[in-house]
Amino acid sequence: MSDRPCVATTSLAGCFGCHMSFLDIDERIVELAEAIHLDRTPLTDIKQLHHCRIGLIEGGVGSEENLQVLQEFRARCEIVVAVGACAINGGIPALRNHFELRDCLREVYLEGMGVDDPQIPDDPELPRPLPRLRPIHELVKVDYSLPGCPPPAEAIWKLLQDLLAGREPVIPSELLRYD
Amino acid sequence: MNDQAFTIDDHPVPFRRGESIMEAALLAGIYIPHLCFHPLLEPHGSCRLCTVEVNGKPLPACTTPAAAGLEVTNDTEALNQQRRTLLQLLFAEGNHCCPSCEKSGHCELQAMGYWLKMLDSPFPYLFPRRALDASHPAVLLDRDRCIFCERCVRASRELDGKEVFALAGRGLNTRLIVNSPSGRLGDSDLEASDHAARICPTGALLVRGEGFRTPIGKRPFDGKSLSETCLQRAAALLKEGKESER
Repeated sequence: MSDRPCVATTSLAGCFGCHMSFLDIDERIVELAEAIHLDRTPLTDIKQLHHCRIGLIEGGVGSEENLQVLQEFRARCEIVVAVGACAINGGIPALRNHFELRDCLREVYLEGMGVDDPQIPDDPELPRPLPRLRPIHELVKVDYSLPGCPPPAEAIWKLLQDLLAGREPVIPSELLRYD
Repeated sequence: MNDQAFTIDDHPVPFRRGESIMEAALLAGIYIPHLCFHPLLEPHGSCRLCTVEVNGKPLPACTTPAAAGLEVTNDTEALNQQRRTLLQLLFAEGNHCCPSCEKSGHCELQAMGYWLKMLDSPFPYLFPRRALDASHPAVLLDRDRCIFCERCVRASRELDGKEVFALAGRGLNTRLIVNSPSGRLGDSDLEASDHAARICPTGALLVRGEGFRTPIGKRPFDGKSLSETCLQRAAALLKEGKESER
């Protein structure tokens, strides 16, 4: 491993849209790859999280596995950033908080339109859903937030540049969006 | 006659008798953040975003009468930090999901977040369960997005000559109710052309079929800041009002 700063990313209860936006930095990914070491992230498929300077979290916490991953990121990353609407306020997945979990499962797997062979999945390998989806700041300390659904690539780039340079991240107003 | 003045952040602001600090400020081109205030309505003083310091005392600009010699402080980091906290409480208290809301880009609550550079809310999100009312053929009532500013309540009473809306309950149980035998919007005498149907600062009241008439990216707050839009609107409406009073 090099002495370059380590960056890890993960998608909890998100859609990977924030990761897609991250990739929209286009060829600057080469510049970034030369400046950092990518640890656990869907981009490398590394599963083991090491000590990192920065952890970018997409998505809220909807399952026991989400919670475990989030706590691991908090324990091993010096700076944790909530990236995107879902990490910050639950976003679209939090719409399920309008209903009881059992009613959601019943609708999707038992009684919904077009359900064939109705059964609620109970394979032990499947992460157990939590009763309510929660934004990550309710469960761990979050150092910075970057809103957007997804945040624009330029905003993600700016945030990383600021953090890697040891500056307080400042998001220019034209890149601040909640949708 | 504009022979009297007070100051906002050391700028002299002329006023006429009977004007509030808010009205005089907007007519002078000075923006004081607000959500429940609307130039066409009697002030309500409930959102508290327009809190300014008047001779050192915190007071809502929309309900405080302008008076000669007042020293008003408005655009300071301390006041804007308080406003940001109020806004963060509003976001955590309701269900404000911009990515799934057709009001996005038109929404004053969202634009206020941008204006105050709100990045998140540190409070636990309540995810309240509130009843949706889709019974009206032309207007949708999505209570998830209601911030209890009573703009629709006042507009219905003061401008439309109806009393379609009211707030019921207290604290976390506060809710927007509809004046009809069934309590449903479809059975009320609200019409899509009513001021009340169009005055909501958020996406709680939406006129159907219009949500995507202006594409995302070209909406009022996509390019312009809230202060610019509010100043233009307020100046136009307030001036019109003053003319008609003469």
